[in-house]
Amino acid sequence: MSALRKRPTKLRLDYELIESLIPDGARVLDLGCGDGQLLADLIERKGCQGRGIEIDDKAVLECVQRGVPVYHGDMIEGLGFYRDAQFDVVILSQTLQQTMDPPKVIHEMLRVGRRAVISFPNFGHWWVRLQLLLSGRMPHNRLLPYHWYNTPNVHFCTVKDFREFCDRQDLRRVVEIFLTARFQRVTHILANWRAAIAIFQIERGRENMG
Amino acid sequence: MSIDDAVPIAESSRLGGAQSAGLVRPQVFTFAEPPNEMELECGQRLGPVTLAYETYGQLSPQRDNAVLIVHALSGDAHAAGWHSPDDKKPGWWDIVIGPGKPFDTNRYFVISSNIIGGCKGSTGPSSTNPRTGRPWGLAFPMVTISDMVRAQKALVEHLGVRRLLSLSGGSMGGFQVLEWAVRYPECVASAIPIATSARLSAQGIALNEVGRQAIMADPNWAGGDYYGREPPKAGLAIARMIGHITYLSDQQMHAKFGRRLQDRQSFGYDFKTEFQVESYLRYQGDSFVRRFDANSYLYISKSMDYFDLPARRGSLVQAFEGVRAEFLVISISSDWLYPTYQSKEIVKALKANLVPTTFVELQSDYGHDAFLLPNAQLNDAVSGFLANVLRRVRGGGHGGQGRANGA
Repeated sequence: MSALRKRPTKLRLDYELIESLIPDGARVLDLGCGDGQLLADLIERKGCQGRGIEIDDKAVLECVQRGVPVYHGDMIEGLGFYRDAQFDVVILSQTLQQTMDPPKVIHEMLRVGRRAVISFPNFGHWWVRLQLLLSGRMPHNRLLPYHWYNTPNVHFCTVKDFREFCDRQDLRRVVEIFLTARFQRVTHILANWRAAIAIFQIERGRENMG
Repeated sequence: MSIDDAVPIAESSRLGGAQSAGLVRPQVFTFAEPPNEMELECGQRLGPVTLAYETYGQLSPQRDNAVLIVHALSGDAHAAGWHSPDDKKPGWWDIVIGPGKPFDTNRYFVISSNIIGGCKGSTGPSSTNPRTGRPWGLAFPMVTISDMVRAQKALVEHLGVRRLLSLSGGSMGGFQVLEWAVRYPECVASAIPIATSARLSAQGIALNEVGRQAIMADPNWAGGDYYGREPPKAGLAIARMIGHITYLSDQQMHAKFGRRLQDRQSFGYDFKTEFQVESYLRYQGDSFVRRFDANSYLYISKSMDYFDLPARRGSLVQAFEGVRAEFLVISISSDWLYPTYQSKEIVKALKANLVPTTFVELQSDYGHDAFLLPNAQLNDAVSGFLANVLRRVRGGGHGGQGRANGA
């Protein structure tokens, strides 16, 4: 479970934005669903059918308390339990960088779901670049709270990297949303410099947006 | 299945304690009187059938809060509370059943049912055969998990419950839970199978067979016709010792006994009980023969061997096709008798059917028997799950969580 998903009290803007991308009544799978807050809200407010996968013992029990059906275990393994196109949307919030095999995860997301909503910390953010450039140390801030030796983050990428990845994998980028570290929205202009967090909605097929 | 004798009984669970189900009364229900005998899966008929049971808590006026507890191989209907102030131990699952406990008797009407084929007050091989006036012995028809569940269904109906809010059981109790959910989908709102499998593994059958052979090799077994004489104690004790090994884990045996010697400082170079683990197993074996019938052990272990949900409909996914209950599937990390992968097979097949399913793996070193021991993870999972099921059944919160027609 990423540190970002441990604050259940107030919906952060990226949760709200992810929520806004989910149609009413949708069948939703949340990978690394943490304490189940996002799913519980989707179920409660939008009448969604929510399912989660989470590896952390404590977080799983919080999901159970919230009444969110959750699979306790590995993401790839849990994804393998679902049939093709069983979900409308599969969410991967702030966890992509922690997966061992991001292409496999994304491929599986778009196998069991029609769309994938993926949010991740943008390693191309100006502050990250500046920290590495000026201090000569691994970036460390609110969104990246770990040290090099204890970080669960093994596959960081930038907005530019992710776009390129999608294009190479024939994945359509349907929605792109960018946020600052304080969860304020920023425009697409120079997003790879300005965004601390990126949210992509992707589907299979070409025809990328601009 | 066994309750570890060393587990202390919490003060609040003692008779009169705030979390105790209190003094409870063993009860029996008799049905299938001739000529309306129960037709068993093996083709034979059995009747009248008596089923032992207990209840804790109150059935709500809407009759929507009934939770059925089913037990494993050597269990009985006495799951919670005390039969008398002189009892040394409460019921076998008292740690989770009682006021304020996960199966909260302030909120739920808990029914604990025995099984047919057993020797704990229900019709089984040690009961009297109405045709001969003598104990059945091996003339008792073979009973299956389905038969046990069909008898429990009659009991539940007798108690005025049309739909169970939930049912739960570990090990062979889990077989019954799965059987219920498949056989009576409209009567089960939720199910909590624990440390179990959709079919007994070859390893499980093998271990059962060794136990049976130990019983049948005992000269006192006498083809099952030992009633009124010395029972096959030695054979049954060995069967129980084997069982006990499978209920523990390597880590736990090491932690509990290590290589320590019992009542001696050095090896005696003979075949007397020397190691603590030997002494423990002998104790378990000896105490078991005082409370269990060898023929029941044969019948019940055989019913486990026959249990195979996937075979019934071609695959487990197909077997679960009609299931309407939501599931909480629980496995134990150190269980090698019903390893986690077997629970995951259940989860996978439920998910393929879009059944709302939560899966939790308890992190415990105690092996298969961990579900009988205090475990905060188990408590939180069960209490949280049941509370949400009750809320949904009563129409509150979380709409649209039901099974959907997937693509």
